[in-house]
Amino acid sequence: MVELKMGDHNVEATTWDPGDSKDWSVPIKPLTEKWKLVPAFLQVKGLVKQHIDSFNHFINVDIKKIVKANELVTSGADPLFYLKYLDVRVGKPDIDDGFNITKATTPHECRLRDTTYSAPITVDIEYTRGTQRIKRNNLLIGRMPLMLRCSNCALTGKSEFELSKLNECPLDPGGYFVVRGQEKVILIQEQLSWNKMLTEDFNGVVQCQVTSSTHEKKSRTLVLSKHGKYYLKHNSMTDDIPIVVIFKALGVVSDQEIQSLIGIDSKSQNRFGASLIDAYNLKVFTQQRALEYMGSKLVVKRFQSATTKTPSEEARELLLTTILAHVPVDNFNLQMKAIYVSMMVRRVMAAELDKTLFDDRDYYGNKRLELAGSLLSMMFEDLFKRMNWELKTIADKNIPKVKAAQFDVVKHMRAAQITAGLESAISSGNWTIKRFKMERAGVTQVLSRLSYISALGMMTRVNSQFEKTRKVSGPRSLQPSQWGMLCPSDTPEGEACGLVKNLALMTHITTEVEERPVMIVAFNAGVEDIREVSGNPINNPNVFLVFINGNVLGLTLNHKHLVRNLRYMRRKGRMGSYVSVHTSYTQRCIYIHTDGGRLCRPYVIVENRRPLVKQHHLDELNRGIRKFDDFLLDGLIEYLDVNEENDSFIAWNEDQIEDRTTHLEIEPFTLLGVCAGLVPYPHHNQSPRNTYQCAMGKQAMGMIGYNQKNRIDSLMYNLVYPHAPMVKSKTIELTNFDKLPAGQNATVAVMSYSGYDIEDALILNKASIDRGYGRCLVYKNSKCTVKRYANQTFDRIMGPMKDALTNKVIFKHDVLDTDGIVAPGEQVQNKQIMINKEMPAVTSMNPLQGQSAQVPYTAVPISYKGPEPSYIERVMVSANAEEDFLIKILLRQTRIPEIGDKFSSRHGQKGVTGLIVEQEDMPFNDFGICPDMIMNPHGFPSRMTVGKTLELLGGKAGLLEGKFHYGTAFGGSKVEDIQAELERHGFNYVGKDFFYSGITGTPLEAYIYSGPVYYQKLKHMVQDKMHARARGPKAVLTRQPTQGRSREGGLRLGEMERDCLISYGASMLIMERLMISSDAFEVDVCRTCGRMAYCSWCHFCQSSANVSKISMPYACKLLFQELTSMNVVPKMILENY
Amino acid sequence: MASKNRKEPLLYMEEYRVKQDPQDYGLADDVFSVQAFKEKLHIKIVRNDEDGLEFDLIGVYPAIANAFRRLMLSDVPSMAIEKVYIYNNTSIIQDEVLAHRMGLLPLRADPRLFAYRTEESTEAGTEQDTLEFELKVKCSRRRDAGKDQSNFDDIYKNHKVYSGHLKWLPKGKQAQIYSESAVNCIHDDILIAQLRPGHELDLRLVAVKGLGRDHAKFSPVATATYRLLPMIKLNREVTGKDAYLLQNCFSPGVIGIDENETAYVKDARYDTCSRNVYRYPQLNDAVTLARIRDHYIFSVESVGALKPDVIFLEAVKVLKRKCRALIDEIEAE
Repeated sequence: MVELKMGDHNVEATTWDPGDSKDWSVPIKPLTEKWKLVPAFLQVKGLVKQHIDSFNHFINVDIKKIVKANELVTSGADPLFYLKYLDVRVGKPDIDDGFNITKATTPHECRLRDTTYSAPITVDIEYTRGTQRIKRNNLLIGRMPLMLRCSNCALTGKSEFELSKLNECPLDPGGYFVVRGQEKVILIQEQLSWNKMLTEDFNGVVQCQVTSSTHEKKSRTLVLSKHGKYYLKHNSMTDDIPIVVIFKALGVVSDQEIQSLIGIDSKSQNRFGASLIDAYNLKVFTQQRALEYMGSKLVVKRFQSATTKTPSEEARELLLTTILAHVPVDNFNLQMKAIYVSMMVRRVMAAELDKTLFDDRDYYGNKRLELAGSLLSMMFEDLFKRMNWELKTIADKNIPKVKAAQFDVVKHMRAAQITAGLESAISSGNWTIKRFKMERAGVTQVLSRLSYISALGMMTRVNSQFEKTRKVSGPRSLQPSQWGMLCPSDTPEGEACGLVKNLALMTHITTEVEERPVMIVAFNAGVEDIREVSGNPINNPNVFLVFINGNVLGLTLNHKHLVRNLRYMRRKGRMGSYVSVHTSYTQRCIYIHTDGGRLCRPYVIVENRRPLVKQHHLDELNRGIRKFDDFLLDGLIEYLDVNEENDSFIAWNEDQIEDRTTHLEIEPFTLLGVCAGLVPYPHHNQSPRNTYQCAMGKQAMGMIGYNQKNRIDSLMYNLVYPHAPMVKSKTIELTNFDKLPAGQNATVAVMSYSGYDIEDALILNKASIDRGYGRCLVYKNSKCTVKRYANQTFDRIMGPMKDALTNKVIFKHDVLDTDGIVAPGEQVQNKQIMINKEMPAVTSMNPLQGQSAQVPYTAVPISYKGPEPSYIERVMVSANAEEDFLIKILLRQTRIPEIGDKFSSRHGQKGVTGLIVEQEDMPFNDFGICPDMIMNPHGFPSRMTVGKTLELLGGKAGLLEGKFHYGTAFGGSKVEDIQAELERHGFNYVGKDFFYSGITGTPLEAYIYSGPVYYQKLKHMVQDKMHARARGPKAVLTRQPTQGRSREGGLRLGEMERDCLISYGASMLIMERLMISSDAFEVDVCRTCGRMAYCSWCHFCQSSANVSKISMPYACKLLFQELTSMNVVPKMILENY
Repeated sequence: MASKNRKEPLLYMEEYRVKQDPQDYGLADDVFSVQAFKEKLHIKIVRNDEDGLEFDLIGVYPAIANAFRRLMLSDVPSMAIEKVYIYNNTSIIQDEVLAHRMGLLPLRADPRLFAYRTEESTEAGTEQDTLEFELKVKCSRRRDAGKDQSNFDDIYKNHKVYSGHLKWLPKGKQAQIYSESAVNCIHDDILIAQLRPGHELDLRLVAVKGLGRDHAKFSPVATATYRLLPMIKLNREVTGKDAYLLQNCFSPGVIGIDENETAYVKDARYDTCSRNVYRYPQLNDAVTLARIRDHYIFSVESVGALKPDVIFLEAVKVLKRKCRALIDEIEAE
């Protein structure tokens, strides 16, 4: 634990001479207020900066690369024809208001109007029309849904005042999309790293696999060992190909050369001999022969392309483009691929001998996180390619036709496809990318706006691609490499446990950095090109291979020097700060990564046992002279990704710095995420309790944003009087939870009372409720559109109807205004109509020509449903994207806590209200204080939520002192200090007070632990759940009572209840429950044939002689008839009864 | 007559629990006799001012002391706003929340001068059982406000609605009986809502007489409570440093230190009974903490409509009425 001593402003380290090694024994003074680096970091990076960074990279950089890569469209029909994209841009958000008039829009307008917050994608093109060459600028090819607060968003760079003018909450983090009025988040997707060799044991077969991923292709290549021989396996080939054949096909023909790639020591020779013989047996000696062999093993393509190639040519093509697609092929030179394959073989060989060399799939260094930007860029590239392909086919079709007007591609470029593609992908969450054969569902989710924290928590959520049903513990369990990157507490319970994770507070996800400059730096630092050397030095134990993004860059003799130099260059800002360098001694490799999707976090650099960040730096930060980026630029702080973190020696606080220490943790509490950061004293709690709170904090109601009153959400819960918690944490301040709180400080007495508090039930004080405790507002909306139809008809809204006799407005229409829409402020009861809409009976094309006066209309009113009345908060009339009228009504209910409402503290201790007690019956202490809430002490021993008892103590002392206490993880106010404060104010130092029973008036025998605890009201309320039915609707098909509360359904007497009745022998009761009260039905049965008769007439026997009436469940009758329809005849044999 | 030689029943406050005196049988065998009760009962008023009353009630059963406390909390009537007719509310505060806030405003009206509303009474009520107020506030921008002014008080007019904005609407002859200052809000600086230009409130408020049992807003007291008189006894002499430590373990003024640096109990009455002495092993055995079981220190904090002593007397009247009702019921059997 780092103990921070406030107010200690000694600038001790400035005079320290780094060369003086004698001073090492002197303990390092802890840096005061080092935690201020965290807000400084968040100020630069923000809580959802990963999303925004990634999206910005996409719309500013990646999109241009994609268009550049697919810039040319040609046609086979005309060699002169071409279409070339010169540039692409994503514009500012606007909205199409019809007739091609666009106006700038804001996210909130889109939310209210159910439209998409998007910006035009425009291109500059050059193309030929006939023989003319034409340039066109600013051509719309589609619309890009914009992420809020991205570089093109209307909200970026706006001040708090300007944001409030735009109806936007300044504390809203952004990072999500508004699509068709819905807020959608593209969840962070966790994936296995691509372009990386992974050696593993697959059912006893040692294999090394690489998933290659380039813009063009995704493929998986495996090298595996079977019976002492090595093979290469790839999807495109039916059989495993002996590895030597592959080498020969790759142009390494001589066995000696192959062996030298594998290694010429006798051990390697022995192990590889069998594989060489294998090729000999197959009579593969030349490259051509090897290609032919491979060609014979190709998977037969389903759609043969018109151009016929020989199998060996196809095999060659395959080697060039598909197998190990990420390894560059220079001018048909496959040498690099051969080297890469040889390395895979060596990995397999090494792993066969030493089981510890297997890679760990769950290790976070082997993972990449995909963010909105990369997912969208894949989607966009797919759509863009499809558009170009369609343009090409159109050109192919149209150019040969002789027409008056010359063929003009621009007329065929339509923006709708890309627009609709992107929009529907985000709104449905189905990510289908044809060229990668990728089909993923649930990539996006609706942003949960139950509370501010739930929205924030969603933005940091990481979804993993594992199947939820598989029973594997590996991917679900906490990985040591998650340290500081992913929150150890915040994961759901149940099926997604451990698969859905959340980012920690200071985690950053890298975006791609250009690798070219890094390569140049590396070559300058002494990396030698591997193509210049033969196989022998590669296998020299002193030589370290250098990889960049999974590709071989070269080799080096002095790896320590190289790594040190590269890191030095990074600290000096000569290459991107997210470039990571790490050494693997077991693999004798140095890995440089510049790719996107790596998890990383900042650390203070330690040199010569001294952290480089000194007190004067922090003072400068305090004074606002220094920003977080300055720390990076000055090389005081650097980002480490998981791999490099694993290669470093990081001290947890200043005391732990040793000789070999390379880095120092900035603040320990940042290893928790946003949700877990709300828990005060989490390090004193049993860990599952923190996990429970992470789930429950998302259900707590409170404030969701400063713009909550302007929103028309389908469901919104607000607390009338939310409090900031008495015991805060640093995370609470950093996430602004104290500005948008979700809960109230309740004075809690930990004691038993009345027996209505068993099993976690809570006792509430009625006077507290009367004074507004736990009061909440529930907003719901209902909406409708008023459409125009193609046949000149349109929906209409009618005014209220009057009763013919009394000339009064009928009850159903009582709340309607004269325009047929409810008026704000009205109270609506169950079944009352809010919008008296009517629809034309015929809306299909062309039912009537000419006049549309006499169209029959049917009423389709929007009515209110619910046991409790609601008030109309607001009515909005607008137009949506299809230019239909859109009417939204916001309904409001105020709810007072009642028995059965759910409350929870911040320690995973939930409970329902068991009893509401009058103030005079509540116990009171010497000061006359009655608790707001009584909690049963049995909640503590088994749950071990010591943090809650500390929160109570801290809160109590805070009240007396008039200040907030801190319960920050691994720190916070110390118990001794809190106790001293209590003592100073004349309170018992353990927090226990002398109480009197409110009922008898006598003192209680025990002292009662009491004080304020922050309680959250959870969204589960009795009013939404209560349900009973005596009679009600029935399902049409079975005539049995409907199911579910929303359909006013029946309460099922199930199998187990039935069994009880059977065993008890209450047969008549069963009869009543299962038939008479459910779906009793009278049927005629013919006693002669046993079939059902109708109207006392057996149709089979053509007689009414032996027909009797019996009653049976309608479902039974239905079954018989259904069986009959399938040619199964059930017969009934009746007996006297 | 609290004689000094009265045997005071004690409740010992040990470190972890409250323990009865082994000699004290409490109520167990006591037979109630009015004579004995009268003799033992003693009331001493310590402080009595506008909003606070402190008095000692000595020599009664806890049931009786508690009865007064409970009655003051929930059975002494007071006037509060019960119905809010909202003609216009364009502020951001919701109608229900606004109505709830209005209900909690304490009114000065003397509940003894009003009658309860009965089932038969009309919606409008009568001048005997109803007080009516109105609240009409409209926020506007100040004409004279400069562009560079950022203080809302300078820019807006009426942007804060206070309880002082309430206007009494006398009903019938009420204007002749009461003055506005006798019935309106006790505090005129309670913030009800904040408005912005264009926001408007137009409410009619109806106050009725009610009981705290029905809603906390009808309770005439902020709180009415009692505590038992603390008793501190020094078992041995505590001197020197320990004496100062001992002094610090209690509320200021409880422990005195004489010229010999010896601690003595000055006045135990205002000790908060924190029991922090038990924290120190060297003082653990030096003190006996106890409370006198039948010496109740009552504290009544009035909301302001009735004087606290009146509230207590009202509570006594309610108790009397209840007893009478019970006796009547028993006799009617």
